[in-house]
Amino acid sequence: MVDSIRPPAKAPRTGDVPRGPEPARPRQRNWRRRRLNRYTGAPLVLISVNLLLFGTFFVWPAITGLMYSFTSYTGVGPAPFVGLDNYQRLLQDEAFYSALIRTLIFTAGVVPLTIVLSLATAVLLVTPYTKGKAVARVVFFLPWLISPIIAGVIWRWLFGENFGFVNYIIISLGGSELPWQSNANLSLIVVIIAGAWANTAFNMLLFVAALKNVPTVYYEAASLDGAGSWAKFRRITLPAIAPTTFIVVLLTILNSMKEYALFKTLNDGGPGTANNLLVQYIYTKGFERAQIGYASAASFVLMLILMIVAIVQLVMNRRKES
Amino acid sequence: MAATTTTPRFSALRRKRPNAPGELSKKFWASAVMWLLVVVYGFPVLWFLLSSVKPAGELFSYPLTFFPEDVTFKGYTEAWTSFDVGTYFVNTMIVAVSATLLTIAVSAACGYALAKYNNWWVKAFTICILATTMLPGEVLLSPLFVVVRDLGLYNNLAAVVVPAVITATGTFMFRQFFLTVPSDLLEAARIDGSGELSTFIRIMLPLSRPIMLTLAIFSFQWRWNDFLWPLVVLNDPNKFTIQIGVSSIVGAQNVNWSVLLGASVLSMIPLVAIYLLLQRYVMNADINAGLKD
Repeated sequence: MVDSIRPPAKAPRTGDVPRGPEPARPRQRNWRRRRLNRYTGAPLVLISVNLLLFGTFFVWPAITGLMYSFTSYTGVGPAPFVGLDNYQRLLQDEAFYSALIRTLIFTAGVVPLTIVLSLATAVLLVTPYTKGKAVARVVFFLPWLISPIIAGVIWRWLFGENFGFVNYIIISLGGSELPWQSNANLSLIVVIIAGAWANTAFNMLLFVAALKNVPTVYYEAASLDGAGSWAKFRRITLPAIAPTTFIVVLLTILNSMKEYALFKTLNDGGPGTANNLLVQYIYTKGFERAQIGYASAASFVLMLILMIVAIVQLVMNRRKES
Repeated sequence: MAATTTTPRFSALRRKRPNAPGELSKKFWASAVMWLLVVVYGFPVLWFLLSSVKPAGELFSYPLTFFPEDVTFKGYTEAWTSFDVGTYFVNTMIVAVSATLLTIAVSAACGYALAKYNNWWVKAFTICILATTMLPGEVLLSPLFVVVRDLGLYNNLAAVVVPAVITATGTFMFRQFFLTVPSDLLEAARIDGSGELSTFIRIMLPLSRPIMLTLAIFSFQWRWNDFLWPLVVLNDPNKFTIQIGVSSIVGAQNVNWSVLLGASVLSMIPLVAIYLLLQRYVMNADINAGLKD
């Protein structure tokens, strides 16, 4: 991406620079044209499959999806045009708002927890101070191998109301058992913990790669100046890994907004529909009620939200850099 | 590779001042925090594994026991026989293996083209691939379903495989790798009269072996753990993948925990095995390559 964006930005500047007769240019242009003409078949063959898949599974559904969102299509038969009716109904649906708010609360809870934990585990795996990294690395990475469905089962088992280990410990310590399943907020907290546990591994990998690339000379220089560990971490490490942090935060937010599988086995969006998130809302409308048109409209609202998140992050990142 | 170059430098730095004040307590506290986190991350899985070999009666009898009093594999055998876990396994294996092979082949070819050819339409396609990350499967769920159904793939394992073959992460992993391969190599092959495609297959592809293995485990994990899309396109219980199968055990009104624990543990085995085989390709992967761009 970088090298595809930069040349056009720089091109006019080189044009402004006054130059004498330029014998190099036409030759280069000729040479380029020859190259272009010569290699058309090979790149076309190489990208052909992806091109075909891109057309079939992205462009086509994106266009039809946008069209469906203005119809009351049910998956079979005709698709009567209803204009903005789907969007109007969506904006008046309380279930949609509650799903949206629940999604935002979940994201607000799980993202900071995931970032802190993955950065902490990554630092501990890179720093020379810790012993037993080989074992720790495998344990920290284990949740990546476990699917969200199974992770949901694992945490449901741990937080079971009448049989869970956590409630057992609470009772043993003299407390009374907490309704981890039947209280909507407690239930969401369990999903947030489970989500952070499950998402740490991959983000940790990204952070480890970034931490290893911080030049050690910076730390050596800081040590000579008498900087403490915390100062080094704040002044050297954090700025150095900022690009990775940006990616990790963005990816984690986008993924949390799309979470469904973890909820499916942990509480199935319950109790009742209290913890239904956006994707579950879309799935229920689209496939259990067969309202393809309505679900498409909801999908496009979700996409809009995801894009706003991405753009806001990009703008904030730009501002911080400049 | 970064590890092997930086760690010695780190330790050399430390060795210079072995008795620096606070060094020992720092070591102690850092290790203590790390091991605390190891317990936090490992415990849920350990508890789960231990519970899965307890007999059904012992699962719920207070006081809970940490280690099972008698070890039984009844949950496993019951899951395998009465819940068709075997069928789910075969289905998921077909999906994961074929999707992984196709993904690697297609991503390698496309990534190579994006890295080594300068045609304007190749560059435009780079942007297109990047744009797919903005339209994840969850967003296109219903229209994508209609497309797949109109192609006649509904209720067919191919419906899970084919749309998953195109992936921005995989394509960009290969693109970033081939950008680091000097173009001189390509020019040399051209001068020697090697065709473009045979250069790719005979010279470039073998070079990218580490990327292939990294993408292999990634792709296998994506497909093995995938839930929502298979749930949407598969309707026949004989075609279910393992994740749908396990979630259907949970869906029942009264959860049969003994079977659920067994089935869950079984479903994790293949991925853990593959991870242990290909561990270094995951842990050392410079996965920034694909994402940072």
